[in-house]
Amino acid sequence: MTVEITGVGVDLGGRPVLRGVTATAREGRWLAVIGPNGAGKSTLLKAVMGLLPHTGLITVGGRPVRGLAPRDRARLLAYAPQSPLLPPDMTVHEYALLGRTPYISYWGREGARDTETTRAVLDRLDLAGLAARPLERLSGGERQRVVLARALTQQAPVLLLDEPTTALDLGHQQQVLELVDRLRRDDGLTVVSTLHDLTVAAQYADDLLLMSGGTAVAAGRPAEVLTEDLVTRHFGARVTIGAGPAGRPVVHLRRPTT
Amino acid sequence: MRRGVVFAGAAVVLAACMTAGLMVGAAGLPLKGVVLALADRLPFVEAHSGLTPLETGVLFELRLPRVLLGAMVGGLLAVAGAGYQGVFRNPLADPYLLGAAAGAGLTVTLVIVAVGDGAAVPLAAFCGAAGGVLLAYGLGHTATRGGGTATLVLAGVAVTSFLTAVQTFLQQLKVDELQRVYAWILGDVGGGWDQVVMCAPYAVVAAAILLLHGRLLDVLSVGDDEASALGVRAGRVRLVVLVAASLATAAAVSAGGLIGFVGVVVPHAVRRLAGGSYRLVLPLSLLAGGAFLVTADLIARTVLAPAELPIGVVTAFVGAPFFVTILRATRKVET
Repeated sequence: MTVEITGVGVDLGGRPVLRGVTATAREGRWLAVIGPNGAGKSTLLKAVMGLLPHTGLITVGGRPVRGLAPRDRARLLAYAPQSPLLPPDMTVHEYALLGRTPYISYWGREGARDTETTRAVLDRLDLAGLAARPLERLSGGERQRVVLARALTQQAPVLLLDEPTTALDLGHQQQVLELVDRLRRDDGLTVVSTLHDLTVAAQYADDLLLMSGGTAVAAGRPAEVLTEDLVTRHFGARVTIGAGPAGRPVVHLRRPTT
Repeated sequence: MRRGVVFAGAAVVLAACMTAGLMVGAAGLPLKGVVLALADRLPFVEAHSGLTPLETGVLFELRLPRVLLGAMVGGLLAVAGAGYQGVFRNPLADPYLLGAAAGAGLTVTLVIVAVGDGAAVPLAAFCGAAGGVLLAYGLGHTATRGGGTATLVLAGVAVTSFLTAVQTFLQQLKVDELQRVYAWILGDVGGGWDQVVMCAPYAVVAAAILLLHGRLLDVLSVGDDEASALGVRAGRVRLVVLVAASLATAAAVSAGGLIGFVGVVVPHAVRRLAGGSYRLVLPLSLLAGGAFLVTADLIARTVLAPAELPIGVVTAFVGAPFFVTILRATRKVET
């Protein structure tokens, strides 16, 4: 399902944080939102999720998110924040089951189908063995997988991930990114994620959106967006852009030569 | 399966505590006599208890209402505590520490001083409880933006002290009412059938609403943004639970006076034993809170017999050290 963002603005505490952002996350593709700190990446994700009031238009599959009832919206979009709150004594299964919330009425409770869906997702993410474990006793990589599991039980066609790999070591970063990519390909999910590591973003995303100072400054294929000129201008960094595998660019920091 | 065993266990503990509460006192009653006398009151059951008329009178006019009120007040305080903890996502929230009980205490004192006892007491208690919580929440929220775990409790302590001071001032103005208000403040579940009947409807409504929100409180426990992303209107759930918990507090306070620590100690113990899901914590707190307060009352009226210790003294004696251990545990998680 395609996400269309057209001329979107967000104000937080009377201060404009996003202005006139236009972008498209096409169906079945991975859009990575990149940019320096404070560029408004997370804010954009929250606006798409409907968590912040916005001006302009955001549509999912042609339907404006602003007009959707919360439960309907939650069936289209699943969201994992940058640092999710994991109640220490909740078990992995209970937590993943929360993803079924949009399918349960206010006074209702989960049915057999919800439990079954949850079990299938845990199996798929190799978490079945941890189903009964409290969240406080998980490693960093396991926690990130559990958060993904919760987003997947939501069975939404669009996945919004805010920095899914922060606080993970290199191996676990790769594991999570590959998992997201596999799920995207197998289920035809549309993925929108913020990623602070430009090389990682270039490796995994199909399209990049470069944001700076609350506006979208460049969008397109990784090789089009990650140019030395744009990175220098918006990140204030001295970099060399190299050619990576499969024509995807690699960003190197450059130390001044003395 | 496992849930069934846990609930059955809690129900057995509550029944055992209540039975002990019926048997023990200035005049000891035999187990067999108590059970048979109760059975005799059931429709279509004839049983000869072997109790003397005096003993039967003690059982039905003194002990039974006392035990029922104790179970009700304890269960309400515990389930209200669990509800507040879910709303504020804070394991230290409690009707007493949040200022809810003190708010109810102040408004009830006002009513007692102004118009004497009456039907206005539970309503006044409800307004006071809700007002106390909102005041504590507002203060905690402005003190540190977002409000930390301890900030809310500190604000609650400030609100409690202030409201208690106002209440004391009122009491001293009306010295002739002092005795009555004072006895009520220290907590007492010996109010008799009148109090049981007055408290029961509020108890049923508040407890039912709270128990039905277990699943939604579990959703709130992952954070407001995520709850919204899951399609839940977090603000609305909060408001409903807050009102229900304040109603439960009000019913408990107007029937039993100010009894501290039940609302923080019982849910915490339940969590340790049965896990963190509110779907278990709320109903188990209701049962275990009842058992806890009935036992506390039993201790209160036996240790210094024939004198009676105020029940709030017993719960504070057990609860305060327990509270410190919880505080240590949560500080560890936060840092």
